[in-house]
Amino acid sequence: MTIHEFLVPPAVACQRAGPHDQIVMSSRVRLARNLKKHPFPSWAKKPDRLRVLEAIQPAVETLPQLAPHFAAAMDDLTPLDKQILVERHLISREHAAKGAGSGLVVNQEETLCVMINEEDHLRMQALRPGLQIKACWQAIDDLDSALEPKLDFAFTPELGYLTACPTNLGTGIRVSAMLHLPGLVLAEEITRIINAANKLNFAVRGLYGEGTEALGNVFQVSNQMTLGESEPQIIERISKALNQIIEEEENARLLLIEKKSKIVFNHIGRAYGVLANAHTITSKETMNLLSLLRLGGELGLFTKLDRSLTDEMFLLTQPAHLQQQHTEKLGAEERDILRATMLRTRLRDIPRPQVPE
Amino acid sequence: MLCNACKQNEAKVHLTKIVGDKMQKVDLCEDCSKDKGVDDPTSYSDLLMGLSAEPVPSEPEPAAEPGAKCPACGYSQADFKKAGRFGCSECYDTFGEGLVVMLKTMHKGTRHTGKVPAALHQSRAEAQKVKLLQKRLDKAITEENFEEAAQLRDEIKRLK
Repeated sequence: MTIHEFLVPPAVACQRAGPHDQIVMSSRVRLARNLKKHPFPSWAKKPDRLRVLEAIQPAVETLPQLAPHFAAAMDDLTPLDKQILVERHLISREHAAKGAGSGLVVNQEETLCVMINEEDHLRMQALRPGLQIKACWQAIDDLDSALEPKLDFAFTPELGYLTACPTNLGTGIRVSAMLHLPGLVLAEEITRIINAANKLNFAVRGLYGEGTEALGNVFQVSNQMTLGESEPQIIERISKALNQIIEEEENARLLLIEKKSKIVFNHIGRAYGVLANAHTITSKETMNLLSLLRLGGELGLFTKLDRSLTDEMFLLTQPAHLQQQHTEKLGAEERDILRATMLRTRLRDIPRPQVPE
Repeated sequence: MLCNACKQNEAKVHLTKIVGDKMQKVDLCEDCSKDKGVDDPTSYSDLLMGLSAEPVPSEPEPAAEPGAKCPACGYSQADFKKAGRFGCSECYDTFGEGLVVMLKTMHKGTRHTGKVPAALHQSRAEAQKVKLLQKRLDKAITEENFEEAAQLRDEIKRLK
């Protein structure tokens, strides 16, 4: 079975709902773990990495928590497979670049995903739609505890779980949420929010994590400190910050409608105009305009536009997902044309935005 | 004013440096200033640091020699400086002494307070209990309470 046959189609995946999902697209908690007596992946030679993969993968695959699951060695996946996994936020771009000696185990619900030999021997993550940090932590804590008797984790009472990079030392936890913040961007408040988050020692990154652009007004907020605080303390602290950002985004939207409605309706109307009528469009422009369409839906400008549709288009118009729907190899220009065609078709039955009374 | 270094000749060279919110002064005679290489402005700070009563905290120096390698994986301090990552879990031992200074800049604290593997957690709790029983045993013996001491001895044996 290929990863495409295993994963549920985007139309189904985008139906998944969660608390605050008008702003929080997804929540994630990942844990970093390493085995004793084995060099970390980036320093390990290929035979070392293969030994670690052979020790970890079977242990992970036997866990009932992951059933039904898909497992593969990274060198058995095509570049397209890997890119699809990145676009679905199941693996990091760093992991997509790995070959022999690295592996992946993911469950069908896409709520649990284990990367083997990424920066650490084990990077396991729990994902949930909407704001569900605690549920993510419980799921991944449970998975970690289930693996404990099977694998010998590098741990000392003073420093906690030992990781390749000292920035992950201790708990090895990274808690993050993917936020859609068009209101704060339009209100030009986003820099203030990012600065405030940075002051609280949270990182704010783009759509695909480290070193990526905030395409489609999507931002990832995550903790940076992993040592000297317990996991529940870290979760408590970031949850507070996230709730505050959600409130700020809600306020920004209300204020925009109240004070700058013409500007907002203009943005949304133009976004609809381009998406519904373009004959060639890049992935980047699509994401930025779909963000405005999503905002329009939430502000009540579209009566027939479901959020799952904008989210599905957001995923399907990205390069690898677009390529996957076509058998022949597409160039960038061909992709732009096919993307525009798909958008026109999907938006044919969505009437243009109506300004609420 | 006499030279701070030789304390014989009159000081002719006066150096002042502000580090953080503290001012440091050094006064030297001409000979000593040449000896200490004061002509070379880059060595001023070394000089000040060597002579001032309250030395400024020096840059965190890793305890291991620059050429030292991790006995488990062969990773060196230079490799770490380049990559910012360690070679294996043993490296935390090998390069451990300079670590705390670095961790302070990265994290809330320098001690782990989070999850502990269950197996370790259990053995730690048991060790604690044994320690407590041992204390009670010692007390029982000094108080010549041999009946209780025997009981405690058996309990400790069972736990160990």
